[in-house]
Amino acid sequence: MTTQTQATSVTTSIEVQAPIEHAFRVFTEGIGSWWNPGHHILQAELAEMVFEPRVGGHIIDRGTDGSECRWSRVLAYEPPQRVCFSWDISLSWELETDPARTSEIEVTFTADGPDRTQVVLTHRHLDRHGDGWQSMRDAVGSGWALTRYAEVAAQRA
Amino acid sequence: MTNQGAVLTALADPTRRAIFERLARSPSAVGELAHELPVSRPAVSQHLKILKSAGLVSDRAAGTRRVYSVDPAGLAAIRDYFEQFWQQSLIRFQAAASQPIQEDT
Repeated sequence: MTTQTQATSVTTSIEVQAPIEHAFRVFTEGIGSWWNPGHHILQAELAEMVFEPRVGGHIIDRGTDGSECRWSRVLAYEPPQRVCFSWDISLSWELETDPARTSEIEVTFTADGPDRTQVVLTHRHLDRHGDGWQSMRDAVGSGWALTRYAEVAAQRA
Repeated sequence: MTNQGAVLTALADPTRRAIFERLARSPSAVGELAHELPVSRPAVSQHLKILKSAGLVSDRAAGTRRVYSVDPAGLAAIRDYFEQFWQQSLIRFQAAASQPIQEDT
């Protein structure tokens, strides 16, 4: 697996030992099976996650106290090749209600044989989060190796 | 300048890890480390050289001694490496997707 970071986006890829349809389904509707349960912005503990499998749907976190957080809008839903969803989370890690200040994640799935799928995830437009957006980039991606190298290299150019 | 591969290689060795953990408690000279750990002076020096080139420790002269300490930048680099959100998430996704397929949903 590799991680690359460009100015305003973060890209990570991984290969999974599964057919493309399965890989897509686990990533989307099965999000609750792999998402780190510590990563949420609810007050309560995370009870379950719901991925509504359609454009205009949401990714919803439900807390053990019944609270809900719709932290993402599904922007593209093209099984089993591609899914795109928004990152409606502000730099202070609260729900961002202004879509102009949200970034987005595109995930593409490519069959690499009948039981092997290449998955590439790009979290882009991170600069839309506004002043200090770099902290979000550093939080979601490779905060140091390539980013800082690229910045230093750019300054020399 | 820290380098991801060098950091991981440097800490893969248990003796170097012990030296690094010892330095995290308090900055020390080579002699003190050799005295406290079951490692010879030349070996400690060699390990420190590797830790230093990985950006994990730095040294400064204190009188006639050379005192080594943990480099905060190197420490931050390790933390960042393991906190890369999407990388960590995709590894979890990989494990979930590679589970035997059950047609129960």
